[in-house]
Amino acid sequence: MRILSALVIGLIFGVGIAISGMMNPAKVLNFFDLAQIWDGTWDPSLAFVMGGALAVTIPGYRLVFGRPAPVLENRFQLPDTRVIDRRLVLGSGVFGIGWGIAGFCPGGALPALGTGRIEPFLFVAALIGGLLIARVVQARSLPPRPKPAT
Amino acid sequence: MITEFTPLQSLGGGALIGIAAVLLMAFHGRILGATGILGGLMRLNDMADWRLKAALLVGMAMGPLALLWATGTAPAMEVPISNLAVVLGGLIVGVGVSYGGGCTSGHGVCGNARFSRRSIVATISFMITSFATVFVTRHLLGA
Repeated sequence: MRILSALVIGLIFGVGIAISGMMNPAKVLNFFDLAQIWDGTWDPSLAFVMGGALAVTIPGYRLVFGRPAPVLENRFQLPDTRVIDRRLVLGSGVFGIGWGIAGFCPGGALPALGTGRIEPFLFVAALIGGLLIARVVQARSLPPRPKPAT
Repeated sequence: MITEFTPLQSLGGGALIGIAAVLLMAFHGRILGATGILGGLMRLNDMADWRLKAALLVGMAMGPLALLWATGTAPAMEVPISNLAVVLGGLIVGVGVSYGGGCTSGHGVCGNARFSRRSIVATISFMITSFATVFVTRHLLGA
């Protein structure tokens, strides 16, 4: 039941991404290219994607959080950190640089794997590589554990 | 490469993305974030969670196929850049979303919808740098 439900939810997301234009790097990069406003070729479509999504999630979440627990689990798993720090701001900024170079974001590229084209596979492989690099660096930069008392 | 302005498809596609996010929260109590899904698939200590995320990923990849089947045409995907740029961008995105704790789906759609201050700050940050990056690559470097 949990697996079937997740499969259907993934499918809805994937169809939404494919219809919206988020898995089309040409469209994504044209949205980011504000200079095209001057010659009239700017494509503002992606603002409508975010608008359409938030128009559903804002009231939808409100409704869902009015319930004590999700249908198939015993609790909501929400991020508990509230810190706004350099990691968050710089990390997100770095993400934007990569998005601006490739035109794919993770949510656009995962459904795009279904096209069977090579580009999303290259992107997702590199994305996993980047996640692994960050994981190794973060593990090394964690403060050393205090020595047990002897 | 000029692309056509598609407000209706984009709005409708966005609404479907939103519906998926609300359903995942309603049924599974989770944020729908592509970064979280990939990150979860790279951890093997919780197999129930792994199976859930694998099912989400398989469902997502079936999206373009379902559209092809339903409409007879594959959804548009034009890549106006080199494969090398795709790989470079992917690496940078991977490092960034790892430190930033999410991407367009997790922060942009889900976090902003619960008015998380972290997500609002993250969204502003990645939107600024993506606009700036395209300005640099297209108009300063001429790529």
